[in-house]
Amino acid sequence: MEKWYLMTAVVLLGLTVRWTVSLNSYSGAGKPPMFGDYEAQRHWQEITFNLPIKQWYFNSSDNNLQYWGLDYPPLTAYHSLLCAYVAQFINPDWIALHSSRGYESQAHKLFMRATVLIADLLIYIPAVVLHCCCLKEISTKKKIANALCILLYPGLILIDYGHFQIMYNSVSLGLALWGVLGVSCDWDLLGSLAFCLAVNYKQMELYHSLPFFCFLLGKCFKKGLKGKGFVLFVKLAGTVVASFTLCWLPFFTERAQALQVLRRLFPVDRGLFEDKVANIWCSVSVFLKIKDILPHHVQIIVSFCLTLLSLLPACVKLTLQPSPKGFRFTLVSCALSFFLFSFQVHEKSILLVSLPVCLVLSEIPFMSTWFLLVSTFSMLPLLLKDDLLMPSVVTTMAFFIACATSFSIFEKTSEEELRLKSFSVSVRKHLPRFTFLPRIIQHLFIISVITMVLLTLMTVTLDPPQKLPDLFSVLPSP
Amino acid sequence: MRIKWVECAALSVMAALSVMTGGGSWFLALALGVTLLKCLLIPTYHSTDFEVHRNWLAITHSLPISQWYYEATSEWTLDYPPFFAWFEYALSHVAKYFDQEMLNVHNLNYSSSRTLLFQRFSVIFTDALFVYAVHECCKCVDGKKACKELTEKPKFILSVLLLWNFGLLIVDHIHFQYNGFLFGLMLLSIARLFQKRHMEGAFLFAVLLHFKHIYLYVAPAYGIYLLRSYCFTANKPDGSIRWNSFSFVRLISLGLTVFLVSALSLGPFLALNQLPQVFSRLFPFKRGLCHAYWAPNFWAVYNALDKVLSVIGLQLKLLDPKKIPKASMTSGLVQQFQHTVLPSVTPLVTLICTLIAILPSIFCLWFKPQGPRGFLRCLILCALSSFMFGWHVHEKAILLAILPMSLLSVGKAGDASIFLILSTTGHYSLFPLLFTAPGKKNLFLIGWKLSTSLAWALWKSSVNLYSLSPPGS
Repeated sequence: MEKWYLMTAVVLLGLTVRWTVSLNSYSGAGKPPMFGDYEAQRHWQEITFNLPIKQWYFNSSDNNLQYWGLDYPPLTAYHSLLCAYVAQFINPDWIALHSSRGYESQAHKLFMRATVLIADLLIYIPAVVLHCCCLKEISTKKKIANALCILLYPGLILIDYGHFQIMYNSVSLGLALWGVLGVSCDWDLLGSLAFCLAVNYKQMELYHSLPFFCFLLGKCFKKGLKGKGFVLFVKLAGTVVASFTLCWLPFFTERAQALQVLRRLFPVDRGLFEDKVANIWCSVSVFLKIKDILPHHVQIIVSFCLTLLSLLPACVKLTLQPSPKGFRFTLVSCALSFFLFSFQVHEKSILLVSLPVCLVLSEIPFMSTWFLLVSTFSMLPLLLKDDLLMPSVVTTMAFFIACATSFSIFEKTSEEELRLKSFSVSVRKHLPRFTFLPRIIQHLFIISVITMVLLTLMTVTLDPPQKLPDLFSVLPSP
Repeated sequence: MRIKWVECAALSVMAALSVMTGGGSWFLALALGVTLLKCLLIPTYHSTDFEVHRNWLAITHSLPISQWYYEATSEWTLDYPPFFAWFEYALSHVAKYFDQEMLNVHNLNYSSSRTLLFQRFSVIFTDALFVYAVHECCKCVDGKKACKELTEKPKFILSVLLLWNFGLLIVDHIHFQYNGFLFGLMLLSIARLFQKRHMEGAFLFAVLLHFKHIYLYVAPAYGIYLLRSYCFTANKPDGSIRWNSFSFVRLISLGLTVFLVSALSLGPFLALNQLPQVFSRLFPFKRGLCHAYWAPNFWAVYNALDKVLSVIGLQLKLLDPKKIPKASMTSGLVQQFQHTVLPSVTPLVTLICTLIAILPSIFCLWFKPQGPRGFLRCLILCALSSFMFGWHVHEKAILLAILPMSLLSVGKAGDASIFLILSTTGHYSLFPLLFTAPGKKNLFLIGWKLSTSLAWALWKSSVNLYSLSPPGS
C-alpha cells in the first residue's frame, strides 16, 4: 500500500510507547512471599523447563500448585517452555528449580519485557496492521489513523507492559484477531485455525467463540447445506479437531491428565466474582449481597442463563445474515454479555471486549472511543496498585488525542453516525420532541470524562473514609 | 502527597489542552503528543548532567552571587554564562516546594524521586518556548503548491522534524539537559530574521549567547549577515554591496543592543572584578582536545591516526617505547595530551582551522547575500565547521547544525537529501550518550534506541520523498 512509511512510523511509535511504559514497575515487585503476576510467569518457565510434561498440571513436591500453579491451556505452557530455553541460554539461574523463586534483577526484567515485546511484534501488531489495510471504503490516511489508535489503546499496553499480566494478552488477542481477519476475508480454515490456537492459549477466548461459530455456520447455510456448505462444515470441523488434538496431544495419553488440566482451567469452585470487577454481579452486590443469598450452584445457573439470554439475539441474527461487519458487532455484544454476566470474571477480561470495539472503531468512532476510555479507567484500581498512575494517564490522553484528531469525533455525533437512528425514530413516535439525542450523548460523554478525571484525582490524593475502605476501588465499576 | 498534586495539576492542564485538540488542530496535537512522550520518559536513565544541574540549583539558591563562579565543592562547577545561572536561580525558587534537600550544596548526588520529577518537569515545561519557536518557524515556510494532504505540507513536515527531533529528545529528556528552550531562542531569532525583524533577532541571539556560549560557533554568521544585509540598507542591481547605503543608525542600535545585553549579564561580575574567573570557567582550555566521549570530528580522526601510527612505529621499531607518554587518549578522561607521531595540537591551531573552514561561507554571505536563506546556510556551515575543528567539542553540538538544517530541508530537494544523511549520522553519533562509562550499562535502552532510530530514519526518508515533489526548486 502507499504510504507504507507512515504505517511503519505508526508501528514504531506504538513500540516506543510500549517500551517506555515497560520501564516502570511491575506487579508484585519486591513483595514476597507471593510476589505477583511477573513471578508467576517466571515460575512457569521454571516448571515447564525442569519438569516432564506429565507433571505440569499436577500437584507434587516439585510443583506446588498453590504457588502460581499453571492454570492456562497447554499453548501457554509451550510458550513458557520456549522462553525458558532462551533464559537457559542467557542465565540458568533465572529458571533453576526451587532456588529461583522470587528472582528479581534488572537483566531479568529486561528479558521478560523483551519476550512480551517480541511476542507483540510477531503476532499482535501485524494483525492490527493487516486489519487496517483490509478495511474497505476508507482512505489510506484513515486506515493509518485507525492503526495508530488501535496500537495506542492504553488498556493492553498498561496490562502487558506495566502490570505484566500472567498471560501475554497480546498473543491471545493477536491470534484471535488473525482469526477474525481470516474469517472476514474468506480464508475460513486459516481463520478458524488461528482462533483455535487463541483458545488454546487462553481459555477466556471462549468469550469470542460463539460469534465465530455462528458466523461460520451462517456461511455454511448460505452456501447450501447439501453442497458446498456441507463440505465447508466438514472441513472446519476437521480443522478445529485437528488443532485441538495437536495442542493437547501430550495430555491425551491418560484420562486423568486431561481432566486435571480442565479442572485447572475452569475453577468453578472459586465463586461468582473476585476482587472488584466492573460487571453486573459486583455492582449489584453493593446493594444486594448476592454471594450470601444464593447458594453456589444456583449462582452458576443464574449467570449462565443471563449470559445466554443476552447474547442470543445477536447470534441468531448473525447466523441468518452472515457478514463481516455484522460479525464484528456480534463479537462486541457477545464479549460484553459474557463480561457482564459470566462467572468468575477478572478485571482484565475487559480487554476481551476492547479488542472487538477497536475493530469497529472506524465505524462508530465516538462510541468506541468513549467505551475504550472507560474500559481503561475501569482498570485503574489494578494499575494504581502498581504505581502506574503517570503512564496510565499519559497513555489515556495520548489515545484520546489520537482518536480526537483522527476521527474528529466531536463532529460525528449525529444520529446516523451513532447508528441510533432506528431507536430514536421509534422513540419519536411516542415523544415527537425527542430530537436532541446527539446532544444528550455529547453531554453524557463530557460528564463521564469529568467524572473519570475527578475519581482519578480523588483516588490519588485523598485517603478513603474509614467506613468504606474500598470506595475508590468500587466506584469505577459502575 | 504534594508530589501527586503537581502531577495531577500538570496532567489536568494537558488534559484540557487535549480536549481542545478535539477540534482538530494538528500542531497542538503534535506538541501535546511529544510532551506526553516526554512524560513517559521520566523514569529513564539520566546522566551526570542531572547532578550538574542539581548542583547549580543549589549553588545559585544558597550562595551569594560573588560565590557562584568560585564555588567548587562539587566537581561540576558552574561553567555557563550568567543568564543561565539566573535561570537556575529562578528554577530553584520553584524547586524548594518539591524538595528542600536538593538545594543543599553539600548533598552531592542527591536524587530523590521528587528531585527527579522536578527536574524532568522543568525541562518539559521550558520546552514550551521551543514549541512557540517552531510555530513561528512554520510561518516562514511556505509550500510552493497548495497541498491538500496534511502529511505533504511543508509546515507539517517541519513541525514533526523539529518537535519530535530524536536527538533533542534523547539529549534533553534522557541524558538530561536544557537544550530545548535554548534552541527555541535560536530558532525564534532565525524566524525573526526571516520575518525581517532584525533587531529582535539580534536581541534574541545576544540573550542566547549569554545563556550558553556554545552558540559562539554561529556568531560569525549573525555578525556578517546583520552587518551586510541590515546595516547596508540597499544593494546594487547586480547584488553587490552599495557602500553609500550604509546606515550608522542601524549599526549603532545593533551595537547598543548587544552591549546592553552583555552589560546586564556580565555587569555584576565586572563590578566584583571576577571577569577573569568567569572566563576561565566558561572557556576551560585545560580540558583537552577531545571530550570524554569523542565527538566525531576531525581531531578524533587525527588522534586515531596518531595512535595507529604509533602502534605501527613501535612494531617497526622506529619509536622508542620509553619516550611515549603513558596517558591514553582513548581512556575517556579529559586532560591535555601530547601526540606521539603527528604534531601536537594547541587551541590556537584549532581556532585557525575553524576560521579557515568558515571563510568561504562568510565570503559568500558578504559578497553575494541571498537573504535569510543564505544566512541560514552560512549558519549551518559555521556550526559544522566549528564542530569539525573546534577545541573540546561535545557531540551534542551536532544538534546545532541539525535543527537549523531542518528548516532548509523542507524547501529544497538537494537540502533534504543532505539533511537525511546529516541527521541520521548525527543522531547515531549521540548514542554513546546513553551509556555511562563506569560500568552501569543500561540495557533497557538497547531495544528502545533501535526502534526509535528506525522510526526517525524512515520518517526522514519519507520527508525526502515528498520534498522532492515541489517543482522548480
